[in-house]
Amino acid sequence: MRKGTTGPAWEVGDELEGHVLSPVTRLQLIKYAGASGDFNPIHTVDEAAEEAGLPGVIAHGMLTLATMGLLFSPYLEYGYVKELKARFSGMVFLGDELYIGGRVVEAEDEGEGNLYTFEVSTRRGVDVVAAGTVGFLVFKS
Amino acid sequence: MNVIERWRSLVGERSQPVVNLVERGAVRKFAEAIGDPNPLYVDEEAAKKSRYAGLIAPPTFPRTFEYGRIEDMYWPDSGMIHGEHRVSYEHGPLKVGDEIHCYTEFKSYDEKESRGGLLGFIVLERFGEGSGGERLFTMSDTAIVTPTLRKTLGT
Repeated sequence: MRKGTTGPAWEVGDELEGHVLSPVTRLQLIKYAGASGDFNPIHTVDEAAEEAGLPGVIAHGMLTLATMGLLFSPYLEYGYVKELKARFSGMVFLGDELYIGGRVVEAEDEGEGNLYTFEVSTRRGVDVVAAGTVGFLVFKS
Repeated sequence: MNVIERWRSLVGERSQPVVNLVERGAVRKFAEAIGDPNPLYVDEEAAKKSRYAGLIAPPTFPRTFEYGRIEDMYWPDSGMIHGEHRVSYEHGPLKVGDEIHCYTEFKSYDEKESRGGLLGFIVLERFGEGSGGERLFTMSDTAIVTPTLRKTLGT
């Protein structure tokens, strides 16, 4: 990838710098509940999670997706996330250490800018907990 | 009419739009909660010098908005599983201070046989428009009705 004053220019196959996130904590889930307005107690209260048949509280799926944005945060001065879509494939529990990564699969000129499509995933070890694509548009000027 | 029939009958129904303001404090709290305190989300001075000329909101922020209620909508307190999420923007990120007209549409209800039994899929779309009616973003969420939930709903 080249990065000049005009922003990043990726090529198909380029990998984004991955992130290892610090282990999921209850405080983080409480903060996300407050910030998002999603107060479903299966994300914060053990008893509620157990009643729902879970071994413990699980992270909000939308929090897992939101952290995918970290991959693109360094490039926001040059462009923006035009599309994010992902499918949830596993639950995230307290103490889980997640890894997020992405790879360019397509690059095209969109007029407004250069649109790069990334395959992104969030994994715990070898288990994928969420995966999808992100379209990141880099402005031309 | 049972719950499933009610969902089927809601396909195409929309809520009345609700005006939401992209608030600076709400964006800051959200950015901190997701562990991404990018200066463009939280530092007004830095953001003013950027191409956006002000603070912007993270891509998944629109889930915090109110979208209004679809009449006769039923949503169980627990048991739904979030299967998929998609959000797309027309012109760029949302800006702090933007007034956004938001509404939701019950897009579809479908079923699929799985090894564990019949699965239901509800797709809700959510839209954000500017004051001139121009589309700013579109969101789509798929909720899964599991065989266990179906049983507790008495269907």
